[in-house]
Amino acid sequence: MVATISVRFIRMLTLLFGLSILTFTLVHLSPIDPVNAYVGGDGSASPEQIEKFKAYWGVDQGLVQKYGSWAGALLEGNFGTSLLYRAPVIDIIQSRFLTSLALMGTAWVLSGVIGYALGVIAAMNRGKWIDKIIKWYSYTLVSTPIFWMGLILLIVFAVWLKWFPVGLAAPAGVMESEVRWIDRLHHFVLPALTLSILGVANVAMHTREKMIDILNTEYVLFAKARGESSWQIFKNHGLRNSILPAISLQFAYFGELFGGSMLAEQVFSYPGLGSTLTTAGLKGDLPLMVGIILISSLFVFAGNLIADVLGKVVDPRTREAG
Amino acid sequence: MQLVREGWNVRKKMVLMLAISLGFLFVLLLLSFTLSNDHLRLGAGAKNMAPSLSHLFGTDWLGRDMFTRTIKGLRLSLTIGAFTSLLSVLIAVMMGICAATFGKTADTVISWVIDLFIGMPHLVFMVLICFIAGGGIYGIVLGISLTHWTALARVVRSEVLQIKNAEYIQISKSYGKSAWYVARKHMLPAIFPQVMIGFLLMFPHVILHEAALTFLGFGLSPQTPAVGIILSEAMNHISTGKWWLVVFPGMLLVMVVKSFDSIGEQFRRMTEPASSHE
Repeated sequence: MVATISVRFIRMLTLLFGLSILTFTLVHLSPIDPVNAYVGGDGSASPEQIEKFKAYWGVDQGLVQKYGSWAGALLEGNFGTSLLYRAPVIDIIQSRFLTSLALMGTAWVLSGVIGYALGVIAAMNRGKWIDKIIKWYSYTLVSTPIFWMGLILLIVFAVWLKWFPVGLAAPAGVMESEVRWIDRLHHFVLPALTLSILGVANVAMHTREKMIDILNTEYVLFAKARGESSWQIFKNHGLRNSILPAISLQFAYFGELFGGSMLAEQVFSYPGLGSTLTTAGLKGDLPLMVGIILISSLFVFAGNLIADVLGKVVDPRTREAG
Repeated sequence: MQLVREGWNVRKKMVLMLAISLGFLFVLLLLSFTLSNDHLRLGAGAKNMAPSLSHLFGTDWLGRDMFTRTIKGLRLSLTIGAFTSLLSVLIAVMMGICAATFGKTADTVISWVIDLFIGMPHLVFMVLICFIAGGGIYGIVLGISLTHWTALARVVRSEVLQIKNAEYIQISKSYGKSAWYVARKHMLPAIFPQVMIGFLLMFPHVILHEAALTFLGFGLSPQTPAVGIILSEAMNHISTGKWWLVVFPGMLLVMVVKSFDSIGEQFRRMTEPASSHE
């Protein structure tokens, strides 16, 4: 078991290494001046400083050395300086990270729980109207752009019903220290809701399939013959067989979640990592962009690793077989 | 095995669904060519009109007819979608066949690359590629096609692995046919159905990602009638209550994506008759 995990872990490390090479290559292909790109050229830097940067970052060296010094700096936590905010990239990421984490974490948990519940309900009532509704809902959601969903929620709840504000993470014109948490919550509901609604579909459909398989097994047939109620069947047989795939799936969903949060943050002008990345991309702030991309990829790879390990190692059946 | 209602077995229903989806897309395409560009001129009609019979989707703050704009925007999405999916499919087929035929090392390397591309957050990398390609349609096409080939490549790989040792291919090889000949004459026809379905099922993803990228402001200039741009412009007019600028273009986009999804799904089921009884 330990061996399997370490193999997976090493594989993830090689993937991260590959990712850094890929990003480096892409950045190198860009028409942006390498000094700006790697150092995060501060507009106020003097010519001598730029010369120093050039020597330090090895602009005149070969590609491999360049990659070496860049990756070395990354490992020390030096992500360069943002052109846009005139601050170290790592500081900007730190300040946005929690806002984004709250948003994505809430959506992740909510969509997981609701999606699982819907999937189970659909499977237990297979072919009935409630199953058809859940199926239709999930299939439609898969085809729905998340930003459109966000805009619709905005129109309904913010413009028509005026229940929630139109955007931002806190009321405008209020000092950061005076923002009450209830205000934050108020601004937080719609983006989180948008992100959750769309995350539901994936889990719901997979759980439904899985549950249908389980309900077709002989042990469930026997349980029915013994007179177990639907709830007992779910509790005794369905839950433990279907919860693990659902959790794995949720962990593997990190990449989509981050993409979705980029769009949701854009719609609600919510100042998280996603909207910062969009701004950086539009304004050409390469160091900030690369920093956020690497951090988010780390996140996603970790999610995939967890999903892998959960699916292959934690499940007692595969453990015995292995 | 479920009992089917009399007269409507599952396959008939499938064909009907297919016909509806295809018909819808065809009408859309036809409209996009026949609708006149006059409606897009500034001040051609009354500004900020709510939906009515003469302006189905209403007009925007410049008096442009939203129905015309949306239809033309969707045509652009479809064109980009078709082109990008094609590129992705080409990459996928190449990678899949290489992984399956060129021995263990190639297989390991390609599986690793697939894992790498599956692992990274797609939208994030599309943004990076878009930026590096210098924006424009070029950037969008490149960004999307470089991130969408992975799933299909896996399918192609396992398909080719299955038929690689089939007798007819072994015989063909022993007659001295080149690897290229075998790949073209024997393997491609065998994997074609899977590739076709992969292409169709890729479409919805590609269109959604294209819309997302243009919505975020990457790639196309604001004058282009792309669905993402229409929606991101409409975003600024939400608080003044112009809901129709958002609701209808998005709804049409959802319908297009759903149609493609349904077409791909019906084709998939047709090639797997066993699952048509679901």
